[in-house]
Amino acid sequence: MFKHEWLETNIGLLSVMTMIAISIGGLVEIAPLFFIKDTVEKVDGVRPYTPLELRGRDIYQREGCYLCHSQMIRPFRDEALRYGHYSLAAESQYDHPFQWGSKRTGPDLARVGKKYSNEWMTQHLVAPRSLVPESVMPNFPWLLTTQLDISDVEDRMKALRTTGVPYSLTKAEYDANVKKFGKETADMLDINKARQNLIKQAEEGNYDGDRSNISEMDALVAYLQVLGTMVDFSKYNDDEFVKYR
Amino acid sequence: MSTTEISSNEQYNFDIVRRFSFMAVLWGLIGMSIGVWIASELAWPFMNFDIPYITFGRFRPAHTTTVIFGFGGSALFATSYYIVQRTCQTRLISDFMANFTFWGWTAAVALADITYMLGYTQSREYAEMEWPLDILVEVVWVAYMAVFIGTIMKRKQPHIYVANWFYLSFILATALLHTFNNLAVPISLFSMKSYSLFAGTQDAMTQWWYGHNAVGFFLTAAFLGMMYYFVPKQAGRPVYSYRLSIVHFWALSFLYMWVGAHHLHWTALPDWTSTLAATFSIMLLLPSWGGMINGIMTLSGAWDKLRTDPIMRFLIVALSFYGMSTFEGPLMALKDVNALSHYTDWTVGHVHSGALGWVAMVSFGSLYHMIPRVWNTKIWSEKLIGIHFWLATIGVLLYITAMWISGITQGLMWRAFDQYGNLQYSFVESVAAMHPLYAMRAIGGMFYVTGMLLMFINIVMTIRQGNKAPVAVPVMTVAHA
Repeated sequence: MFKHEWLETNIGLLSVMTMIAISIGGLVEIAPLFFIKDTVEKVDGVRPYTPLELRGRDIYQREGCYLCHSQMIRPFRDEALRYGHYSLAAESQYDHPFQWGSKRTGPDLARVGKKYSNEWMTQHLVAPRSLVPESVMPNFPWLLTTQLDISDVEDRMKALRTTGVPYSLTKAEYDANVKKFGKETADMLDINKARQNLIKQAEEGNYDGDRSNISEMDALVAYLQVLGTMVDFSKYNDDEFVKYR
Repeated sequence: MSTTEISSNEQYNFDIVRRFSFMAVLWGLIGMSIGVWIASELAWPFMNFDIPYITFGRFRPAHTTTVIFGFGGSALFATSYYIVQRTCQTRLISDFMANFTFWGWTAAVALADITYMLGYTQSREYAEMEWPLDILVEVVWVAYMAVFIGTIMKRKQPHIYVANWFYLSFILATALLHTFNNLAVPISLFSMKSYSLFAGTQDAMTQWWYGHNAVGFFLTAAFLGMMYYFVPKQAGRPVYSYRLSIVHFWALSFLYMWVGAHHLHWTALPDWTSTLAATFSIMLLLPSWGGMINGIMTLSGAWDKLRTDPIMRFLIVALSFYGMSTFEGPLMALKDVNALSHYTDWTVGHVHSGALGWVAMVSFGSLYHMIPRVWNTKIWSEKLIGIHFWLATIGVLLYITAMWISGITQGLMWRAFDQYGNLQYSFVESVAAMHPLYAMRAIGGMFYVTGMLLMFINIVMTIRQGNKAPVAVPVMTVAHA
């Protein structure tokens, strides 16, 4: 007959039983997510970030944007009207870490890409209240004046490659990317060409309105402009993604 | 007199308790002041002053880390080292390791604050520390575990007192959570920057498994351990029901780990996971209230102490807030309620009714009880404790009332449609509607910090008094299980 007193008088037994009690929940809820195939939808268009977008995402993290902006649209009528199609798991499959957020002090940004011009984005980041008087967002003027550090962009991509993001280092990986994403995208994911790709995208995109140098603003705006734009929802039926839920 | 002091210093390591309890009060003052600052930034955005280091996004992790790990963590180290020694009637197994946990932990919190302000963050809520600091915390935690369990192993009492079960559960769970939620690949050995090993859905699930159990074990189980020692001590009465403590200990430890996914309702997380989490969240109400009832009923027969003893008042009001927020939590974990409450200030209010109402108040009561004892003196001003109590209570009430109103208002404005079926409000209209409530929240925080400042003064004066002229304090008996 079991007596609770056994546990109360034996620290080893108490520790083991406690460990068992606290391990089960996580095992049941987390482990299957890595194995159940339907967890991440099959959908075309989602690709890893380009070097410039990746650096922009780093800045998004650094400035703590996720603390006031979510990137996760819920399947409600009001959110569909305000933000667009609800977010898919596939859309953040290359997000290490995820940026779904937990609070909307400001609006959701999951599909903010291409909704505002680069000029608007830059001006809004430098001085939000000059465009939206009621806004409580901080000014981020230093993004425009700080040169983007691109010295370790290859290291960043290599680290992400280690986690499983398909940035290519070898010819075989590059070829696989050509097959999966097409040549144009595969070129952007090539770590060996990271720096020239970054500079090219920044110069051609002219995100901060100043072509003379690559600022942190260039990178952040490039990132914001791609958010939610990778999947073309017009190609899918309305109920296409319901089965994955 | 002096013999008592010497013998108790030899019998127990109170030095480590003194250090951690002083740091708890200091971190509390710093962390809550940062809290008031960032609350003010939301009400009056000019407070960001265009200084990168103190903009909301960088300063907010400094607030949460300083309060949770600085204030809460130090209070837990202090009380657990005190309780484990007294209830086991033995000295900590290693002064060196205990000191290592002090310097390691204090350095981790200080460096975390500095690095966040410089822009280094994993951007995982309440786990923002970058990988070198994560490793430091991991090492400190293993040392803590060794000291705590080692001390229990050489106890002079056959039974392990119930408070220690809760601390044990907290130490084991925190080790598990910290390890798995911080798996990341650094970009180089010489860079602070790393990328999470997991992505998207799996990463979100891991983070909120961590996030909610940081609440469940760091901010709940451990503080219940505190409650199980200091409430009976201060009331001078035994724990209400021993059986209830057994049942709710195991139920709480088991159920908490399932509920994290309620932070991800209606997201791209599969429905089965969030439904499971919602179900367990409802069940969790029972062990939570088991703890609250056990604590509050310990006072039965001595209710008059609430009128005369401000420390008792802190402890009992803390338990009341615990009961309230653990009722509110399961409510918010219901998918329909969550559809309204998620992403709004309601969540922020809920967290603070737990953090300010329960965690901080039970710590205040315990520290006010313990600090004079480990410095072998009396509290400098009992009256100041009473004032602190009222400032804290008014502060919490202002805070959570503001957040309830703003949260529900936001939720309703976002989903409001006009007669033509269009959205009735633009997003920024909801931002503008929040302004008076954000101001009210900041004012509530100011009340709370003022109380914290009084506590800091009171504790500093008590310590000075204790260092100068030790007063004879009756040797306490060990709380029997």
